[in-house]
Amino acid sequence: MDLSLIIMQLLSGIALGAVLVITALGLTIVFGMLGVVNFAHGALFMIGAYAGLYLASLTGSFWWGLLLAPILIGAFGMLIEFVLIRRLYGRSIDDPLLLTFGLSYILVEGVRIVFGSDGIPFPTPPQLIGVLDLGIGFFPRYRLFVIVLVAVVLLALWLTLEKTRVGLIVRAGARDPTIMQVLGVDIGRVWLAIFGLGVGLAALGGVLAGPMRSVNPEMGSLVLAEAFVVTVIGGLGSIVGAVVAGLMVGISISLVALFAPEMATIVMFALMAVVLLIRPQGLFGVRGRTA
Amino acid sequence: MTSSPGGQTLAKSAPGGFDRILDHRVLLSIAVLAILPWLLPSKALAVNVLIYGVVVMGYNLLFGYTGLLSFGQAAFFGAGAYFTGIAIGRYGVPWFAAVAIAVLLSTCLAALIGIVSTRTRGIYFSMVTLALAQLVYYVALQAASFTGGENGLRGFTVDRISLFGLQVNFLDPVNKYYVLMVFAALAMWFQSRILNSPFGAVIEAIRENEQRARACGYDVERSKLVVFMLSGAISSLGGCMLALHLSIVPLDILHYQTSGMIVMMVLLGGARSFFGPFVGAASFLILEDVISLWTPHWQIFVGAIFVLFVLFLPKGIWGTLLDALGFGKARP
Repeated sequence: MDLSLIIMQLLSGIALGAVLVITALGLTIVFGMLGVVNFAHGALFMIGAYAGLYLASLTGSFWWGLLLAPILIGAFGMLIEFVLIRRLYGRSIDDPLLLTFGLSYILVEGVRIVFGSDGIPFPTPPQLIGVLDLGIGFFPRYRLFVIVLVAVVLLALWLTLEKTRVGLIVRAGARDPTIMQVLGVDIGRVWLAIFGLGVGLAALGGVLAGPMRSVNPEMGSLVLAEAFVVTVIGGLGSIVGAVVAGLMVGISISLVALFAPEMATIVMFALMAVVLLIRPQGLFGVRGRTA
Repeated sequence: MTSSPGGQTLAKSAPGGFDRILDHRVLLSIAVLAILPWLLPSKALAVNVLIYGVVVMGYNLLFGYTGLLSFGQAAFFGAGAYFTGIAIGRYGVPWFAAVAIAVLLSTCLAALIGIVSTRTRGIYFSMVTLALAQLVYYVALQAASFTGGENGLRGFTVDRISLFGLQVNFLDPVNKYYVLMVFAALAMWFQSRILNSPFGAVIEAIRENEQRARACGYDVERSKLVVFMLSGAISSLGGCMLALHLSIVPLDILHYQTSGMIVMMVLLGGARSFFGPFVGAASFLILEDVISLWTPHWQIFVGAIFVLFVLFLPKGIWGTLLDALGFGKARP
């Protein structure tokens, strides 16, 4: 087994991890700010993939799908927050979780009604077909694009949260919503926007994953478990944690697939169990935030 | 709060007549189950209510009584079924011994998963149990030589149940129902004993206020682990019943959708009540039967009904009914 193969597999793992990072980020931001675990996150990821596919075929360009699907599904997420989740603030922390779980049934079955149960191939955009010679080996252009795009989105998100006034309000709102309300911030609108952002990230993850996985109504259930593993390893509510853990999981899956393919899906769960035994709050989690 | 056998301190607020009824909840529940096949449209449905009722009852110990929202109960339901099937089909173990072995091994599995998951709290716990149960799913999928992988486990059929020289034709649905009802009755009796014990008071104290329970000197972590194992043991018995009933074990039984279904059933019926899980299992299965008659997309309705229950009827059918009848403040 030569070195270039391992490096290529490592890059593959980073591409896989990048999609996980984007998806888990949506989950962890919504939890960090709203205290809601969105069990419909996987279903919304799946719907994002379908929306991207549909919009791409409607407009004839993958790029419109990539741009519009997260916005549309994000807006749909805001509707969900406004109509359903808003009613549950102040009730048991389990209630939003249960509600979104029921919602995922509705979403998955809704997609089955519209698009059928069978998988649909998601064509790779023509500009990104083929492989690129990196000097040490050939790497699929599309996967490289995913890595770059996710890096850009992460940077934009970080700059918004750390350097802008909006980011300041959001971070303060997560710490102490009551004080923010006293200061005249409409915290309900902040939560609405955050939930929309979280769902939009799920949809973006779905569109990006489209050409790498087959698109079918069931794809969300595996993704939900993966996103959970990533957020648990990284620490719930931690953005840095989601990034590190997402890459960790992606790379481990990829490298294990090289040596023992049948263990590839299992390795991330094992990783999670080990992390939890050492640090129950996750790598970047704060003790006490998990209650 | 701890040492009153029968939880009398909690039951005192109930009016006398109701109190007497609650004292016989196991016998009453068994009486209802005994006539169930004649109330439902089909015997097969009744058998399913029995099986899922036991699984959900075990889960309710964790969710309703201890307040731990696990999303991984399918692991124990599935483990019970797989271990039973493997013991009978592969090693030729007699059915009753297979059930005992399956429950024992499933409890060990619950201990392993419990050690990792009970270290976490709140919503974290839900996510970790789901992830670890998915791990069990993938292990069963990969270990195809033992479990049959995607095709499920086959090759074991129990057509005759024999014990102490007694022979019962297990293929007859009525016989099957009453044989399986013995398991359900045992599980109910066991669960009632747990709830009436000092330990039962401790887990309810953990649900009401974990920090206070810890301050009172209870070992909260150990209690959670023990209740996780007990819950897994009872739910795995439901799995054994399913294996005996179907003579196959579908891989789907381990999927997290099954865990979700168990959660749905307990909420539909009413968590924190003794008979609620059976009401929940029955209403879910009847709902599924009725809706799937006129549309293959029954899940969209089940999902919507579940959402409505979370929003407007969080105590479920049985729990709300008990409240309306004035049992609300009584021992659940």
